[in-house]
Amino acid sequence: MNDAIVVDELTKHFGTVEAVSDLSFRVARGELFGFLGPNGAGKTTTINMLTGLARPDAGSIHIGGIDCSANPRAAQGLIGVVPDESNLYAELTGFENLCFCAALHGLDKSERQFRAHQLLDAFGLSDAADRKFGGYSKGMKRKLTIAAGIIHNPEILFLDEPTTGIDVASARQLRQLIADLHQAGTTIFLTTHYIEEAERLCDRIAFIVGGRIVRIDTVEELLQPVKEQHVLQIACAHPLPDLREELAAAFTEFSFTFPGRELVRVEGDTSLRVGPLLRFLEEHGAEVAEAKRMRPSLEDVFVRITGIETGVMGKEKERGGNGR
Amino acid sequence: MKRWIAFWNILLKDVRTYYLKPPNISWGILFPLAWTGMFFVKSGRGPEDIAVLLPGVVAVSILFGTTSMLAVTVTFEKKTRTFERLLLAPIPLELLMLAKTSGAILFGVANAFVPVVMAGIITDLPKFSWVLFLPAVLLIAVASTFLGLFIAVAVSEMFEAQTFSNFFRFPMMFLCGLFFPVAQLPLYLRPLSYLLPLTYGADLLHGAVHGGHVLPLVLDLFMLLVFCAVLFRASLRNIQRRWIM
Repeated sequence: MNDAIVVDELTKHFGTVEAVSDLSFRVARGELFGFLGPNGAGKTTTINMLTGLARPDAGSIHIGGIDCSANPRAAQGLIGVVPDESNLYAELTGFENLCFCAALHGLDKSERQFRAHQLLDAFGLSDAADRKFGGYSKGMKRKLTIAAGIIHNPEILFLDEPTTGIDVASARQLRQLIADLHQAGTTIFLTTHYIEEAERLCDRIAFIVGGRIVRIDTVEELLQPVKEQHVLQIACAHPLPDLREELAAAFTEFSFTFPGRELVRVEGDTSLRVGPLLRFLEEHGAEVAEAKRMRPSLEDVFVRITGIETGVMGKEKERGGNGR
Repeated sequence: MKRWIAFWNILLKDVRTYYLKPPNISWGILFPLAWTGMFFVKSGRGPEDIAVLLPGVVAVSILFGTTSMLAVTVTFEKKTRTFERLLLAPIPLELLMLAKTSGAILFGVANAFVPVVMAGIITDLPKFSWVLFLPAVLLIAVASTFLGLFIAVAVSEMFEAQTFSNFFRFPMMFLCGLFFPVAQLPLYLRPLSYLLPLTYGADLLHGAVHGGHVLPLVLDLFMLLVFCAVLFRASLRNIQRRWIM
C-alpha cells in the first residue's frame, strides 16, 4: 500500500455546527500534503481526527494502513504531531522536554538523550538546552515543539500552522527544516493559511473552505489556469475614488479588484497596456505611485476557486506576529 | 516494554514537577500536622484519645492530599494543552491514566504516615496492625485519587475542580465515621454514609489502629476495590467522551 493517509467521507459536527463535511483524500508516502484554508475552515478539526484527538461522526481514517477507528493507539505509534500552539512543559528544560516526549514513544534512555542532543543541535537550540521552556521566545518554542514532534522519527508528521506567530527569520528556518524532513522521506501533512508557504513547500494542496474540500491538486496543476494570465498591481499615493464601474466600462478585456484602498489589481488574458490604464487613473483623480507586473500565484488560484480574499485570511492569524 | 518506559517517565515527571515541589511537600507535612493538633485539642483529653483520632486524621490527610493534586496534574494540564501530548502517546488510555494518578497515590500514602509517626512519638499504639494498616492506606489512597480524577476530568478549570472536590470532601468528613461512628448519625443520613468510599476506608483504619471496626474487614476491602474500579472506569469514560470529542 503506497498511501500513508487515507481519509474517506469524514464528517464531524460540534452541536449543530458542521465542522467538517464528507472529506475524502489520500496522501502518498513521502508526500508533503498541504491543507489550506481560512480560520474556522476545519483544518485543526481534521488534524485532530487524523491524530486521534477527536472522534469522527462518520467516515474512516487509515494511517499507514491501520484503521484508526479500530486501533487508534497503534496508528499513534507511526505519527508525530506538532500542534498549532506549543504544548510542552514550561517547568521542564528544553532537553528534559525532548527526553520526556521521546520516552512517551518508548525510546530508551541513551537513545532519548542522543536524539535530544541531535535535535537541539539541528534546531540551533543547544545553548538553550538547559533553560526552562517557559522562558523561551516564541520562535524557540515553535522549534522545540517541532523537535518534540519528530524526536521518535515518525513516518508521518502532522504540522498544524507551524510558522504562525513567529518572526520572519525563524519562519524561514522552520520552512527549511520542513523541506529537509520532506527530502529525508517523511510524509508531511501541513495545515497553513499562508498560501505562499504552501506553494513553496507542498507537492499537493487541498483547499478547504467551510469544512469542505473544494479542490485538491498538485501545485503545478493548480497554477495551470493562471500561468498565462497577466497581472498588474497599481499602488496610488492616496486612497482611490470608487472607479469600479468606470474602469470596467473603459477596459472590458480586464478584470479589476481592489485589495486595499490605495491598490488596484488588474488581471487579463492578453498583454496589459499600462500606459492607457495609468492615464485613465490619473485623469480620474488618482495619484499613481507605483505599477508592477506580478507573477500569477497560488493566491490567485485560491481566490478564483474559493472567492475568499487572502488578505482577510492572513490578517486573522497575523495578530500573534509575522510569520511570512 | 515501551509502554512501561512511557508509564515510568510520566510518573517520574509528575513527581518531579508537582509532588516534590516545596509547597506540596510542606502541604503534605503541615496539613496532617494541623489536623492532628486540631482534633487532639478538640478532644480535650490526653494522649489516650490519639488511637481513636488517628484513623480519621490519616483518612482526611490522604483524601485532601490526593484530591487536591489531581486538580493540578490533570485539569491544569488539560487547560495548558500539555495533556494532549500525553493523549498522543501510543499507550492505552488505562495505562496513561494509571501513570498520571500513581504520583497522587504515592503522595497520599506518604501523607498518611505523617500522623502515624507523630502518634508513635507521643503514645503507644498496642493494637496497631501494620498488616491491615498498609493495605487500608493504599486502598484509601487509590480510591481518593480516583475520586479526584473523576472530579478533575468532569470540569474544565482548576478552581472548578477544587470547588467540586469540596462538595465531596467535607460531607465525607462527617458522614464516613472518621471522628465519630456512623451509628451516631441520624437514621436518615446513614444510607448516604454507605455510598461513600471513605466509610469503608475509615472502618478498616479503625480496625488497624485500635481494633474498633464495625463492618467485616473483607467487606471493607471489597467495597473499596469496587469504588476504585467504578471511579476509574467512570473517569476514563469521561475522558473519552469529553476530551477526545
